[in-house]
Amino acid sequence: MIEFREVSVRYADAGTPALTDVNLFVDEGELALVVGRTGAGKSTLLGAVNGLVPHFTGGRLSGQVLVDGLDTRTHPPRELAEVVGRVGQDPVAGFVADTVEDEIAYGMEQLGVPPATMRKRVEETLDLLGIAALRSRSLATLSGGQQQRVAIAAALVTAPSVLVLDEPTSALDPGAAEEVLAAITRLVHDLGTTVVMAEHRLERAVQYADSLIVLPGGGVVRSGDPASLMSDSPVAPPVVELGRLCSWSPLPLSVRDARRAARALRSRLRAPAARARATGDVVLAARGVTVRYGEHIAVRSIDLDLAGGTVTALMGRNGSGKSSLLWALQGSGPRAAGSVRVGGARATASASPASVGLVPQTAADLLYLETVGEECAAAGPAARTLLDRLAPGIPDAQNPRDLSEGQRLSLVLAIQLAADPAVLLLDEPTRGLDYVAKQRLTEQLDQLARGGRGVLVATHDVEFVAGLADRVVVLADGDVIADGPTADVVASSPIFAPQVAKVLAPAPFLTVADVAAALEEQP
Amino acid sequence: MKRLPAPVHPVAWWLWAIGLAVAASFTTNPLLLLLLIGVACFVVVLRRGDAPWSRSLRLYLLLGAFIVVIRVVFRCFLGAAGSGPVLLDLPRVPLPDWAAGVSLLGPVHLSDLLDGLYDGLHLAAMIICVGAANSLANPKRLLKVVPISLYDIGTVVVVAVSVFPQLADSLRRVRRAQQLRPARGGRWHLVRRVIIPVLADALDRSLLLAAAMDSRGYGRRGESRPRTRGLLAVVTVIGLIAVCIGIFGVLDQQAPTLFRWPAFVVGVALAAAGLVFSSRERTVTRYRVDPFDLTAWTIAAGGLASGVLMVIATQVAPAHLSTPTAPAQWPVVDLLPLLAAVTGLVAAAVAPPGVIHHEEAVA
Repeated sequence: MIEFREVSVRYADAGTPALTDVNLFVDEGELALVVGRTGAGKSTLLGAVNGLVPHFTGGRLSGQVLVDGLDTRTHPPRELAEVVGRVGQDPVAGFVADTVEDEIAYGMEQLGVPPATMRKRVEETLDLLGIAALRSRSLATLSGGQQQRVAIAAALVTAPSVLVLDEPTSALDPGAAEEVLAAITRLVHDLGTTVVMAEHRLERAVQYADSLIVLPGGGVVRSGDPASLMSDSPVAPPVVELGRLCSWSPLPLSVRDARRAARALRSRLRAPAARARATGDVVLAARGVTVRYGEHIAVRSIDLDLAGGTVTALMGRNGSGKSSLLWALQGSGPRAAGSVRVGGARATASASPASVGLVPQTAADLLYLETVGEECAAAGPAARTLLDRLAPGIPDAQNPRDLSEGQRLSLVLAIQLAADPAVLLLDEPTRGLDYVAKQRLTEQLDQLARGGRGVLVATHDVEFVAGLADRVVVLADGDVIADGPTADVVASSPIFAPQVAKVLAPAPFLTVADVAAALEEQP
Repeated sequence: MKRLPAPVHPVAWWLWAIGLAVAASFTTNPLLLLLLIGVACFVVVLRRGDAPWSRSLRLYLLLGAFIVVIRVVFRCFLGAAGSGPVLLDLPRVPLPDWAAGVSLLGPVHLSDLLDGLYDGLHLAAMIICVGAANSLANPKRLLKVVPISLYDIGTVVVVAVSVFPQLADSLRRVRRAQQLRPARGGRWHLVRRVIIPVLADALDRSLLLAAAMDSRGYGRRGESRPRTRGLLAVVTVIGLIAVCIGIFGVLDQQAPTLFRWPAFVVGVALAAAGLVFSSRERTVTRYRVDPFDLTAWTIAAGGLASGVLMVIATQVAPAHLSTPTAPAQWPVVDLLPLLAAVTGLVAAAVAPPGVIHHEEAVA
């Protein structure tokens, strides 16, 4: 269905090619998962499938890309629209219309499908993805998972034989991600659609993949059977790492397979070692914090204490009030009622930068200067040193907008830490980070907590929480519905449990590192 | 049988707004202008939905206020040459000879202030009328009624229009984020730290949108040959240039005869032919087009009647359409212009309430 023959892609301003001599074959009805670190060429590979690379992005493509027998050299993306449907990373940015129905119909309008057929296909597609109830809703009012499903419906309605998805679940909470992945697997199984999907969070997707396309870096591409490629892939989900640690063969890709393989391990393991981080005094005390937008109550009278030296994770669905709570705690967001005391003093918007630092969801919003050096200088004398400690090797002259997602996050973190806040709040910091960058962030936040700061992280990323947080607070509909040590809250939840906890339940292990430590203690 | 509520055809709202804007363009009477602005705002507030574009009226009102202020400032402090009582006796700043015709500061008369005010209000009223259409009619639904030959131009316009709500959104987000950083530097710094992230964001978004549209078949030419396409484009552009020359020629009495009506007519014919033939190459269809029903006709008629009545008033009762400023008089409103100004309210009565989604986003 998709064939790459000796494909190389080189962008004009880059020294090294993004892809070199790639030979690739994806069969009809296959779900191919594209795996690799940030910057390894995943987006280039996906773009090449429907001709966006090089027709839209520029650059030189040598070799040949054939999709359903059509050469992308002679067929620009718009002419391939019948064959390849594409869903970008941020579905909102790709929306052309503004209601669900119009958005879905847009592609067919372009192809000149007769109105009667169009109406019929829109109805069928609405049902296929289970979004018929949303038909007349404005796209802006939908939740992230719904928007993503609308985007998939819009790509699917012209009945393309190939569907290209760029990180379809990266912005979604675990529940919504399951919804989207279920919809995708259904397409593969029932309609025989060929799906090529890039995804950072392998723990969510790898079990559904028929084949794996690994980009280890340097423009090289390897493809093949998931289980055999996963054994030495540069990025791997926890369940695979557990398999590698225990040398299970064949390597399990799903929790189900791993549980079977782990029978012996479960009986052997005893309780995990407690993670040592000394809990300090309460650095932030919030009482009765309420946030409302008109009629809608986003945060309902929440009491929260953050102790120094601890990392607390704030979890919950998209729209459950996590961001509103963070901004209210910081002091610059709206707060309808309640008080926030930071180290004994009342937090106000004017006094806040020194006491509470916040890294917003789109961290780039904070940056406005042309070079990293200027940004650091503007933030204060300590910023540059902090940045070098967090992410060494970023040159002063680089433009912040050219940094990778992880480096940019480190820069914003350094800028916020330059004011030496006692409390640090982060809103969805792991969005767009690969496993290595996430591991770095975990280490950075761990260091900060050990330095006595209170850290509160709002996140959807279950594995990140498992590896970092001492305590988890779960919000739903503006209320706190669970609050306690990570192991207690997370392990008991069907949605928030990390893979290792699912595999080793009832033993309270959360991460592969915990298991490794326990195995070392008791050989 | 009771008519089923259906979305109003977007063109109806635009015709209504254009009618009001035409009415506003024929008067500088502040009472009439304020009345027209009031009518436009009233209808918008009563009949708009809850979609993002519906909230843009405030932006247009601010723009209107800005225009009035600028107009008054320019009139009073640059080239003030009015009469009547002096409000502010400022010394005139002498300017060199090459700036003859421009005067800086000098005494500000009452008539300067009023002229500036009325002029600004005149312009603001027209802009607010257009803004009202933008809040009531979904700009993107307009695309469905553009003739296929103008489809590409239509898309460009629609995308450009819909950028504004997005800009407002990203402006809010960036300003909120910037509050997290201690302020430093002068005012220019402040402007820069908001503008750069907003522009970078807008650029990123537009690239993503373009890529998405391209992947979904926007701009397909199907079977047509590149040579035919090129030829048609050249013909259309030549036609449009000829139209421009023709219009200038018609307005300029000294122009040679060839550049007057003949150029205009030939230009129109060429451009039309180019557009019609190129539309045959496009294979775009439309999904669920809004019908131009009785409601739409009534709304459009209400607005257009407003404009027509005002034009009639310029012939029948021109006396109080402009308010004299030297000497200053109280504005007076005659019956016919008053009727013209309030006719637009018909729209509020016939249009169904805007679509409000009571269901909360199941976020």
